[in-house]
Amino acid sequence: MACLKSFGSALPERVVTNDELAARIGCEAGWILQMSGIVERRWAAADESVVDLAVRAGDDAIARAGADRGQIKLVLVSSGSAERRFPGPAAETAHRLGLGDTPAIDLPLASAGSLVALALASRLAESVGDVLVIGAEKMSAVIDREPLDRNTAILFGDGAGAVLVTRNSGSLRVVDSVLHTDGSFAQTLRLEFGENISMDGRTVILQASRKMPAAIQEVLERNGRKADEVVAFLLHQANRNLTTRVAQAVGAPVERFVSNVELYGNTSSASMLIAAAEWSADAKVSANEPVVFAVFGAGFQWGALLAAGAT
Amino acid sequence: MDPQARIRKVIETVTKKPVTLAADESLFDSGVLDSFALADAVTGLESEFGIKVPDADLNPRKFDSIARIDEYIAQRLV
Repeated sequence: MACLKSFGSALPERVVTNDELAARIGCEAGWILQMSGIVERRWAAADESVVDLAVRAGDDAIARAGADRGQIKLVLVSSGSAERRFPGPAAETAHRLGLGDTPAIDLPLASAGSLVALALASRLAESVGDVLVIGAEKMSAVIDREPLDRNTAILFGDGAGAVLVTRNSGSLRVVDSVLHTDGSFAQTLRLEFGENISMDGRTVILQASRKMPAAIQEVLERNGRKADEVVAFLLHQANRNLTTRVAQAVGAPVERFVSNVELYGNTSSASMLIAAAEWSADAKVSANEPVVFAVFGAGFQWGALLAAGAT
Repeated sequence: MDPQARIRKVIETVTKKPVTLAADESLFDSGVLDSFALADAVTGLESEFGIKVPDADLNPRKFDSIARIDEYIAQRLV
């Protein structure tokens, strides 16, 4: 299957602290930290769009790979917070990346979209060539509406992540992936046009606590690997407490679960790739050592992808 | 031990605190359980009662009080 050539990321400059949010919501900053493990998050400027963030992350991934843009034959952009109904951010992102008439497709899958796109790209790269996957979100635009909802306003941040998927060149080789959907929970986590995000947090946490570990175990068992062999777990960065529960459930040390939710909050479909970009900057993965990606998001959509050191 | 006492024991093991509230009192509103503790409690209940809670049943409302949990487990054991 395909290889992961490089990761990239982009984050807005503005840091929003728990103290700032606590004053607006009317709670203690310590409560936010206790509930989420989040210390601060980044919010984009008013004139900074999902596409702006997507382009910066895509450029970063291309630059880190030293890639020839002419070799990119497909762009997949995931976002649950795109500013308009259509066109989605993919077309404009590809245009601004200088990719000419390369096909660019939107995947509006909040939180889970970057892994779904990565799984699809891994299968498509063999036939179409290099695929640029981007997850980009401006979640502040869908939570920063008065009155602020204390249960969601504390969680989310803005940013973008990217990965360049190639046929056979990269430090990680994609081994396998599993994807699942359960539409019976479509009302549980949703964003209607012109409204704040709506989330039944208890149900989301309860379902994610079960489904993410199950997907990880499924992809590992299918390939004869064990959780304690995995050198790094790169999850959707939703909540530090959830990551700890997933680690306990799969039976792997929590230290192997890459976490940056403390600094950026939940950046929805961007989060997994932002974490991967930071992790990959100094990661050393030996040949055949497993790395696992996993997500859970609105829909519900969830899944896991197994990669391994290529060299 | 009756089922409600066994449920109480599971929750006490998860929360590491005595559970003294009435059987029909909300475990969430009283602060005994939060979202994360509930996930652990469900795992504990599965082990204690030898049942499997399907994902479709993972609805916090089914687990909001000791009485509701008792009712749910009784249905699963039929």
